[in-house]
Amino acid sequence: MARPNRLSLTTVALASAVLVIVALALVFFVAPNDANQGFSQRIFYFHVSIAFTAYGCFAAGAWKALRYLWKHDPRADLESYVAIHQGVIFGTLVLLTGSIWAKISWGHWWLWGEDELVLFLVLYLFYCAYFMLRFSVDPGPQRANFSAVYALFGVVLIPVSFLAIRIARSFVHPEVFTLHGPNFGGWILVTYCVAQAALLVFAHALYRIELSGKRLDLRIRELRIA
Amino acid sequence: MTTAEKYVTAAYCVIFAVVLAYVVLIAFKLQRLEREVGELERQSKAEDDERETVSVG
Repeated sequence: MARPNRLSLTTVALASAVLVIVALALVFFVAPNDANQGFSQRIFYFHVSIAFTAYGCFAAGAWKALRYLWKHDPRADLESYVAIHQGVIFGTLVLLTGSIWAKISWGHWWLWGEDELVLFLVLYLFYCAYFMLRFSVDPGPQRANFSAVYALFGVVLIPVSFLAIRIARSFVHPEVFTLHGPNFGGWILVTYCVAQAALLVFAHALYRIELSGKRLDLRIRELRIA
Repeated sequence: MTTAEKYVTAAYCVIFAVVLAYVVLIAFKLQRLEREVGELERQSKAEDDERETVSVG
């Protein structure tokens, strides 16, 4: 059953398109060049926003998993699966854009000595394995239970991955957010906030599109059996 | 184009390519679902017609 106060998918999709265009305009035409990294720092706006969006998707997946375990609502299981799927897509983008940024900033595509990078890779692979687990069990309550428990375990890795940068002693990865707030201001902060909002709304639009498709697929299967 | 500009362009192109690939996959899936719905509709119509023929006969 649809929630009464929910925005329509068209509204969400249009809002995400407008926000992404505004964010891109701010990134390339308004935000100033960084004093240390110069033009290459412009990768930051989408790279960091995508990373937080991926964390958000994994957290949403865990929340839905908890709801499944609590209420045994099969819709929550499907929602958890779709949120984690979105998280893995955004996680792939974090790794790809991060590698490109690392190459221009540090001269390497990847550094195994960097806790932040390795822990994000661990988190990403953990959620990739979620799909192997899910599709190795036949559809039904058992599969939903296994998937929900696995998704809940994974959420523990999110703060570990996020805090790794602060725990690490010898890091080269920039620290963007400190306890006293973000490490930047002015147009850089405005551009980052718009990019973050754009990515979150965009992820929400993709989530709803994929969820509608999955629900329709499920309904068709049920009709075929009936 | 400087090296930094090339890398930044590459990063944003990668984002665009991944999102595009995802949207194309979703579009293919929706096309398949549309076909299946059409098939179910035809099946249901055929069954209704058959029932009508039996009841008239």
